Amino acid sequence: MKNRQKELAELHQRRLEDGNGPVSAFRADLFRMFRKNRAAALSVLVILLLILAAVFAPVLTPYSYDDMDLGNRLSPPSAAHLLGTDEGGRDILTRLLYGARISLLIGVVPTVVSILIGAALGTIAGWRGGITDTVIMRLADIVLAFPSMLLAMVIMFTLGDGLVNVFLTLALLNWAAVARVVRAETLRLKNTEYIEAARAIGVSGPVMLLRHILPNCLPTLIVLFTLNVPAAILTESSLSFLGMGIQPPSASWGLMVNAGKNYLYSAPWICAAPGLIIMVAVLAFNFLGDGLRDALDPHQKNR
Amino acid sequence: MEQNTLEISHLTVSFPTDRGGFRPVNDVSLTVRKGQIVGLVGESGCGKSMTARAVMGLIRSPGKVTGGQILLEGKDLLALNGKEMRSLRGNELAMVFQDPMTSLNPVVPVGKQVEEAILLHRRVSREEARKRTLEAFRNVGISEAEKRSRSYPHELSGGLRQRVMIAMAMVCCPRLLIADEPTTALDVIMEAQILQLMRQMRDRGTSILFISHNLGVIAQLCDYTCVMYAGRIAEQGDTRELFERPVHPYTRGLLGAVSSLDRKGEELETIRGSVPAPGSLPAGCPFGPRCGLCDETCRGACPEPREISPGHIVRCFHAGEVPV
Repeated sequence: MKNRQKELAELHQRRLEDGNGPVSAFRADLFRMFRKNRAAALSVLVILLLILAAVFAPVLTPYSYDDMDLGNRLSPPSAAHLLGTDEGGRDILTRLLYGARISLLIGVVPTVVSILIGAALGTIAGWRGGITDTVIMRLADIVLAFPSMLLAMVIMFTLGDGLVNVFLTLALLNWAAVARVVRAETLRLKNTEYIEAARAIGVSGPVMLLRHILPNCLPTLIVLFTLNVPAAILTESSLSFLGMGIQPPSASWGLMVNAGKNYLYSAPWICAAPGLIIMVAVLAFNFLGDGLRDALDPHQKNR
Repeated sequence: MEQNTLEISHLTVSFPTDRGGFRPVNDVSLTVRKGQIVGLVGESGCGKSMTARAVMGLIRSPGKVTGGQILLEGKDLLALNGKEMRSLRGNELAMVFQDPMTSLNPVVPVGKQVEEAILLHRRVSREEARKRTLEAFRNVGISEAEKRSRSYPHELSGGLRQRVMIAMAMVCCPRLLIADEPTTALDVIMEAQILQLMRQMRDRGTSILFISHNLGVIAQLCDYTCVMYAGRIAEQGDTRELFERPVHPYTRGLLGAVSSLDRKGEELETIRGSVPAPGSLPAGCPFGPRCGLCDETCRGACPEPREISPGHIVRCFHAGEVPV
């Protein structure tokens, strides 16, 4: 066990030191992608803008996300409130900016965690096979057997509200699907000749997984990531709607849409703005994912 | 006497099936002497590749080596555990695969893959490994080694990729190289160059087990040749002896079926019938049903190997009866 750890650590170190190898190739690939794929380039721009908006929210707006102005409830867009106010008289633009913080975090953090868990378990299950495979995949089946919303509610109910618990819940929900896909990919790769050739030069288990199997899963993982980020944002908003998850007056985009639904006819701007932002963010992640997949898949490179 | 590099005796590989075990490799014995190229020739499915895999310890479950012995310089390979075997693979024992298009990892630059083979078996720095990789690339005739080493497999031609595979196999100076049809996927010019490389390696002291179904290649390259049929070695002997005085009817059939410009206008000889399906081998001599000499003895029992002249071993009851 210890030995294995050392091996992995060395491997990692080697990769870090390897400054001008894959990393520069990676950079070159990205550059090429942006030149060729306008949608991906635009998506990166949009995502960067959203991140900047989230970071600089306090600078960009004179209001705070929980400033109530009860004399000014449900007012339509105006010079003072560019996107109008909600049922509590809070400035919607302000809440959108602050909401970006939570929604983006909720999109990215649990997705990354679930992909790390899923990729690790999936490759191990696929590679080792036998009883290891059975145990891991039956666990995944159990997670997948429950309706995901119900399971999310149960977990949230048990853990209690709060941002970290939302992270945990989403990670626990999503790893199983990732593990399944990665396991299938590993099974396919296991039978390729280059994995056999790698065995023929004496590559051992952990190194095989890290250097040969996982890099070949990368395009799949990127697609999973870009699909799971928007899904996580949406799941969070459903949880918030049900009163579990982010609590008002904190702002997340999903929460804002749900808050606005009672006033859909009298004050449609409450729903429209966050709804539109969710759509833009989801599309941006998807386009970026497509672009990344094309750029990182060596088979599709034409030099 | 000098020690043999590889000594396989009575090797049997079995796969369990519904109707008992199926043996793709059955009682195979062969020897590769130091500095020798030994050819293993036969039709598709006769057990050539399976023999090679058995030596590498790469037989996939549910297949298993169920009998015999494999000695690499006197070391019993079948007695080693997984870790010991891993340290031999790529180190003292290397393999070149048939299809260079699919046997390199598509997402790793080829130079890195060769470096990996070095780093796995030698305690050297990264720079040293890199240096050796470039040297190995030059040795196998890759021009612009520096530039090529940073290429991904799909950016290289088939011939270059096979050279990379050979560089990878040779970089730790193995005792034994197993080449599993290394030229099948290449055109004849590349083939000639790869064969030349094989000879150079032999001259540097690596013994080679060369698997092919191309008799011409075997005749050119190998010092000693084994002809396999249905999991058994039908006939083996010095290449010259075997090609000039084939004894086993199967070997004769194979040699007769080689087309040649000298025999323009004649009908090509063939071996009638086809290879028996796995698991339904005939009783007695497996070649019996396709053989002109087959009689009651042949149908009754499988012939044991007989040495009819030094180093020339045949599995046939009728060996030597019919003049060549």
